Amino acid sequence: MEKLIYLRDVVTLALDRKKCIGCGLCLVVCPHEVLIMNNGHVSIENRDLCMECGACALNCPTEAVTVRAGVGCAAAVINSALGRNASSCCCVIEPDAGACNGVREAKISGRTGCC
Amino acid sequence: MSLPGLDQPFVKGSVQTRMGPVPRISSTLVRADRWGSIKARWGVGRMRYTIEPGLYALENPDEKSPVLVTANYKMSFDRLREALPGRNAWILVLDTNGINVWCAAGKGTFGTEELVRHIESSGLEHTVAHRKLILPQLSGPGVAAFKVKKLSGFDVIYGPIEAKDLPSFLDAGLKATPEMRRKTFTIKERTVLVPVELVGTLKWALIILPVFFFLGGLGGPAGFWSGALNHGLLAMVALLSAVAAGAVLTPIFLPWLPGRAFSLKGLAMGLITAIILTAFRAGNFSDLAGRIEILAWFLIIPAIAAYLAMNFTGASTYTSLSGVKKEMKWAVPLEIAAGTAGLLLWLGSRFVT
Repeated sequence: MEKLIYLRDVVTLALDRKKCIGCGLCLVVCPHEVLIMNNGHVSIENRDLCMECGACALNCPTEAVTVRAGVGCAAAVINSALGRNASSCCCVIEPDAGACNGVREAKISGRTGCC
Repeated sequence: MSLPGLDQPFVKGSVQTRMGPVPRISSTLVRADRWGSIKARWGVGRMRYTIEPGLYALENPDEKSPVLVTANYKMSFDRLREALPGRNAWILVLDTNGINVWCAAGKGTFGTEELVRHIESSGLEHTVAHRKLILPQLSGPGVAAFKVKKLSGFDVIYGPIEAKDLPSFLDAGLKATPEMRRKTFTIKERTVLVPVELVGTLKWALIILPVFFFLGGLGGPAGFWSGALNHGLLAMVALLSAVAAGAVLTPIFLPWLPGRAFSLKGLAMGLITAIILTAFRAGNFSDLAGRIEILAWFLIIPAIAAYLAMNFTGASTYTSLSGVKKEMKWAVPLEIAAGTAGLLLWLGSRFVT
């Protein structure tokens, strides 16, 4: 199968192994198998596959996993840079694919926020 | 306490519970549901494609039936119910303003508080005997499972990413395989995203294309119509092929295009497109104006394609915000510079030489 990996060494994912209690919830919510369980503790296995969705950090009961969560969406970055109220990205079409098209359309119709 | 309305078109009767009549739904989609999905994918009425939030009954659930949670985007709701033919389940729909689960989770509208609020307002504890909720895995960025447990007493169990895997997940005793937990971005998943990207861009094209056609007619030694039909028409074809390169071909051929940054992939597709276009205009190299015109398109087409490809990061399923910002730092100035230089050269080729 084709492998899609985004830019190297950019993500803000961090792990404090001392805080990790090995509950494994971060492994469950991660959609890209970034983390693995290793002797009762989690470790970062595929850093470059992380998309900073923030699911692991939010579901970590001890704050051992941290990440600056956000949506990797250029249109949202442009909107927020232009002061449009669409800094958090949006919407979309596919029930569980895709993250944010629809921003441009919201811009054209003059709606604030995306979607 | 409130339950969703029974008068929604997809509701078929109701199931009586202690909380009142819960709308009953079927796993079979009808033509109106499928037509709704097609329209939403082309961006028609998408923002109003919602259902009332609250508790629904899939077929005839009882107090032991599983509870599945989803967003009030109609397409999310339809994907979920059509994945469960012949099954009885409760479906708890959160109010995400018609946005899909993953995006809503990222924004926090499919979040811990919203979930707890709906557990309470639907009176779920009186309807089911167990205390388990099955959530789509992609709601993870919005829902902290351990907090839901603390606030409501319900256990959040993260189900598979795709609704279609739910039957095997349920039959395996709520266990997901590693494949069910991995978000893919297959050619099919990329292709269905193309229409809405295209619609957004073509709205701009409708304004810009006639301007280029008109400008193509002005300037140059020949008359207006000769210029418009020659250079103006070429401009329209070039711009449309730039859009096709960035918003259609780059998404489809994503894994096979060079580089990791989306702008780079779009740039490559744009260059290929410019080369093909040039091949069709081989006769144009004879004079200086023709050569400058071609050079202009070699700058404009890749610039547009790179920009549109960059915008596809938002629709993709694997780009990080840190990465997108890093990419944009070099890509946006380059796209603007190439686009502007190309535009000036093109105007020069029409009016100066």
